[in-house]
Amino acid sequence: MRVADLVTASVLLLVGGVVVFDAVGIGIGWGTDGPKSGFFPFWLGMLLIAACALILGQAARRVDAKPFVRREQLGPVLKVLWPAVALVVLTLSLGLYVSAALYTGFYMRWIGRHSWLAVLAVAVLFPLATFFIFEKWFLVPMPKGPLEAWLGQ
Amino acid sequence: MALKTALALVLMLVAAAPAGAAWEPTKPIEFVVPAGTGGGADQMARLISGIAEKHKLSPRPLIVVNKSGGAGAEGFLDVKGKKGDAHTLIITLSNLFTTPLHTGIPFNWRDLTPIARMALDQFILWVNAETPYKAAKEYIAAVKAKPTSFKMGGTGSAQEDQILTIQLEQALGLKFIYVPFKGGGEVCVNLVGTHVDSTVNNPIECASHWKAGRVRPLAVFDTARIAVAEWKDIPTVKESLGVDVHYLMLRGIFGPPSMPKDAVDWYVGFLKKVYDTPDFQKYLGEGALKPSFAAGAEYVKWVEENEQLHKDLMATGGLLKK
Amino acid sequence: MGIENLLLGFHIAITPYNLFVAVIGITLGTIIGVLPGLGGANGVAILLPLTFTMPPTSAIILLTSLYWGALFGGAITSILFNIPGEPWSVATTFDGYPLARQGKGGQALTAAFTSSFVGALFSIVLITFFAPLLAEIALKFGPPEFFAIQLLTFSSFVGLGGGNPLKSLVSILLGFILAAVGLDIVTGQLRMTFGFVDLMKGFDFIVAVIGLFGIGEILLSVEEGLSFKGVRTGMNLRVVLDTWRILPRYARTFVRGSFIGFWMGFKPGGATPASFMSYAFAKRFSRHPERFGKGELEGVVAPETAAHAAGVAAMLPMLTLGIPGSPTAAVMLGGLIIWGLQPGPLLFKEKPEFVWGLIASMYTGNVIGVLMVLAFVPLFAAILRIPFAILTPVIVVVCAVGSYAVHNNMIDIWYMVIFGVVGYVFKKLDYPLAPLVLALVLGDLAENALRQSLIMSQGSLAIFVARPISGAITAVAILFFALPVLTPWWRRLRGVPAVRRPAREV
Repeated sequence: MRVADLVTASVLLLVGGVVVFDAVGIGIGWGTDGPKSGFFPFWLGMLLIAACALILGQAARRVDAKPFVRREQLGPVLKVLWPAVALVVLTLSLGLYVSAALYTGFYMRWIGRHSWLAVLAVAVLFPLATFFIFEKWFLVPMPKGPLEAWLGQ
Repeated sequence: MALKTALALVLMLVAAAPAGAAWEPTKPIEFVVPAGTGGGADQMARLISGIAEKHKLSPRPLIVVNKSGGAGAEGFLDVKGKKGDAHTLIITLSNLFTTPLHTGIPFNWRDLTPIARMALDQFILWVNAETPYKAAKEYIAAVKAKPTSFKMGGTGSAQEDQILTIQLEQALGLKFIYVPFKGGGEVCVNLVGTHVDSTVNNPIECASHWKAGRVRPLAVFDTARIAVAEWKDIPTVKESLGVDVHYLMLRGIFGPPSMPKDAVDWYVGFLKKVYDTPDFQKYLGEGALKPSFAAGAEYVKWVEENEQLHKDLMATGGLLKK
Repeated sequence: MGIENLLLGFHIAITPYNLFVAVIGITLGTIIGVLPGLGGANGVAILLPLTFTMPPTSAIILLTSLYWGALFGGAITSILFNIPGEPWSVATTFDGYPLARQGKGGQALTAAFTSSFVGALFSIVLITFFAPLLAEIALKFGPPEFFAIQLLTFSSFVGLGGGNPLKSLVSILLGFILAAVGLDIVTGQLRMTFGFVDLMKGFDFIVAVIGLFGIGEILLSVEEGLSFKGVRTGMNLRVVLDTWRILPRYARTFVRGSFIGFWMGFKPGGATPASFMSYAFAKRFSRHPERFGKGELEGVVAPETAAHAAGVAAMLPMLTLGIPGSPTAAVMLGGLIIWGLQPGPLLFKEKPEFVWGLIASMYTGNVIGVLMVLAFVPLFAAILRIPFAILTPVIVVVCAVGSYAVHNNMIDIWYMVIFGVVGYVFKKLDYPLAPLVLALVLGDLAENALRQSLIMSQGSLAIFVARPISGAITAVAILFFALPVLTPWWRRLRGVPAVRRPAREV
C-alpha cells in the first residue's frame, strides 16, 4: 500500500506541476474584469501540489507491509483488463462490431469455458443487436472496419 | 412488442427511395455540426436532415453529429482529416473563420470543399422593453454618457457577437462591458431578466420575447431592412445611427478536402431541393434569415471576402491569436 | 385556469395514437437510459428528424416520453453494475449498487422507479398550476445566482464523508482540473491542451464516470474471483409490493427531494446537481448517516426523486421562456422551431392545445412509464444471473460504445480504460470518487458563472451578496461549509460529547 500511495501521490504532484506550467503560460492574474483564464487552474494546481506533498509525507512516515494488490488478486484483475485493452486496439483496425464479436467469443471460451455453440451464438448475436440498435435505430455511427465496408455499410 | 413496432417504424422511415443519378450516397451521410445541440447551426442541420427524410430527397439518411469541442475546432479538424470522403458534410457558422484566427488551430476553410450557402443570419441590437430607449440613438447616447457601465451580452468570446460589439464601439466611440454566455437563447433570457442591458442576438433567438413585449429591437446590423413583414419596421444601423456597421453570419455547407466532383454536384442539387421546400422557406421566414442560396464560384468568392473581413475585424478588435 | 385547460389537454393526450406514441417513446427512452453515453439529449436529437411527419403535439409527446424513459432507465445500470446510464444517476450508485450486491437489487430498482415517479408528479402538478409565475422567478436568476446555486450544491456535499481529508481534497481538485481542460468560453482561450486536438473538447463527465465507476468497479470486484455478487436477487413482482410497504417511511425524503429537484430543474441548474444535493441532504438529516454508502434504501430514494423532479421541471422554462432547462430540452426547443412553433411566452396563448396536450401527456407518460418499468423489475434484476464470462464482455463493450457515442471519438474509449484503472487505484488507496465527479460536473458551470458575474461587477466580489437571491443562497452555502467546524462545538455547548462517527466515504 505504501509504495502505491507514494507513486500515486507523486504522479498527481506531477499533474499539478503540468497544470501550473500551462496556467502561467495563459495568464494567472486578476484582470480588470475578473480572473484570467489561468487563474483558477493555477491555484488548483498549486493546491494539488501541496496536498500531494503532504500525502507523500504521511505515506513516507507510515510503516505498512500490506501489499497494494496480492498476486492471487492481480491475476483476475489483469484477466479483465488486458482483454478490454485488446478490444480497444482491435477496434482501431477492425471496427467496433467485429472486435466486440472476437472479444466476447474469446472471453466466453477462455474464462467461462462455454460450449462453442453458446460462444458462437452470443458472439454473433450481441454485436449484431448492437449494430441494429446504434446504426439503424438510433443512427449513431460507430467505428467501422473492412467487414462493414465490404458489406456497404 | 412496442419495441419491435418502433424498430419497424424507424426502419420504415429510414429507408428512402433511390433516384437514378450519376453519383449518389451509398451509405449514411455523417453531418457534422461544429457546435452544441440546440443552437442555430444544429437546428438547421437537423432541419435539413428532417426535410430530406420527409420529402425523400436522399437515398440514405443524414446523421447529425455534434462535435463542438474547442469552439468547433473538433468538428473542423475531424472533417479536415477525412480527405476524399464523399459521405461527410459539415455545416458552418462564423466560427469557420473566428476559431482558427483566435485559437491558432491548424485549420483554414480552404482545407474543406465548399458546397453551398444556405442562408445568412441577421443580427439585431436589442434592449429590455422596460427601458426608456425607443430608438438606437437614445440608447447609444446613454451608453456614451456613462462608459464601461452598460453590459452587452453575447455568445462566446472572440466570436461574432463580440466582433459586432467591438465594431459598434469603434464606430461610435463607446465602451461596453461584454459578458459572454454559452448560447444565444441564454443571452436573450438574461436580457429579459435585466442581467445585461443590451444584446446583439439573431432574430430567432429573441423573437418570442419580442412578441411577448419583453424586449425591444432597436436596429438591424445590415445594409437593408429585413424583408419579412413583421421585421421590416426595424431600421438599419445606418438609418438610425448614421454609421454603417453591418455583419451577417454564414449558414453554409462544406465537405471534406478533395471531395469527388460528382459527389459535390449531387450535394449541391440535393441542398437546392431542400432549400426550395416550403418547410425550409417557412423556417427562413420565421427566423428572419436572409434567403441566399449560392454554390460554386459565387459561394467561394463570398467566403473569401468574408475571411478577409473577419481578419480585419478581429485585428482591429485585438482578438487575433497573439 | 388550470383545470379547464388540463381537461382540454387530456382530451388530446388520451387519444389512442398519442398513447401509443408515448409507449414507444418510453420504451426507446428506457433503452437510451440504460445505455451509458447515449443520453436523453442524443436520443431526442436522433429522433427529431423522424418527427417531421407527425402532428407537433404527437411529436413532442414522443420526444418527452423518450425523455421520461431515459430518466427512469438511468437508474437500472447504476444499481446493477455501478455504471450510471445517465449523469443524474451517479448518486444512485452510492447506495443502489451496494444494495444489489446484497441481493436487494429488486428493492433498489423498485425504490428508484417509484421515487422517480413521485418526483415527476410533484413537478408536473406545479407546472400545471403555477407555470407563468415560476417562469418569472426563473428570470430573476442571472450569473451571480447560478454561481450561488453551484456553491450551495458543493457545500452540501463537503464534510459528509470521513476518511483522509487530504485525499478528498485531491479528488475535488482533480475534478475541477479535468473540468477546466479545453476551451475557456469566457476568454475563448484553450487551456491545458498542449496542442493536442483531442484535448480540446475536454473530458466528458459521462466518460469519466463510466470508467471510474463502471470499469473501476469491475476490476475491484474481480479481486475476489471472476464472478459477480448479488445473484440471489428475487425474481417475482412481490418485491415491488414489499418495497412499497417500506417506502412511506421516507416521506420526508420524498418531499425534500421533490423540492430540491424542482428548484434546481426549472432553471438551467440541472438534474445532476439536484440528485447530488438531494442525496447529501438525505444523509445530513438522516438519523443513521453511517448507513449511507453501504446500501441504504433512502440513498436511492433521495437522488432519484430529485433527478426526475428536475428533469420534468426543465420543461417549464422551455415552454414559458423559450430557454432550455437541460440539454435535452435544448434539442426539443429546436424541434419546436422546426415544427413551426414559436417557443416562448406566447406559446400558452397561441397554441393552448399543444401546451396543454403536452402537460397532460406528462401525467399519462409518467404513469405509463412507471408501470412499464416496474413490470420489468424482475427481468432487470435477473440480468445479474447471466454468467460472468458473458456479462463482463457485454458490459465492457456497452461501456466502450457508450463512451464513443458521447463525442463520436475513439479517444474517449481510451479515456474510459484509463479512468477505469484510475478508479481502481483510487478506490484501493481511499481516494473518494464522488467529490471528483461532482467537481467535474460542476466545475465548468461554476467557473463560468463566477467569471460572468465578475465581468458584470467589474471584478468586485460584492455582487454575490448585494443581490438578494444570490446573497441568501450564498449565506446558506457558507453555513454548510462551516458546519463540520461548528457541529462539534455546538454539541459541546449542549453538553453532548462530540462523537466522531467513522463514516464511510461514498
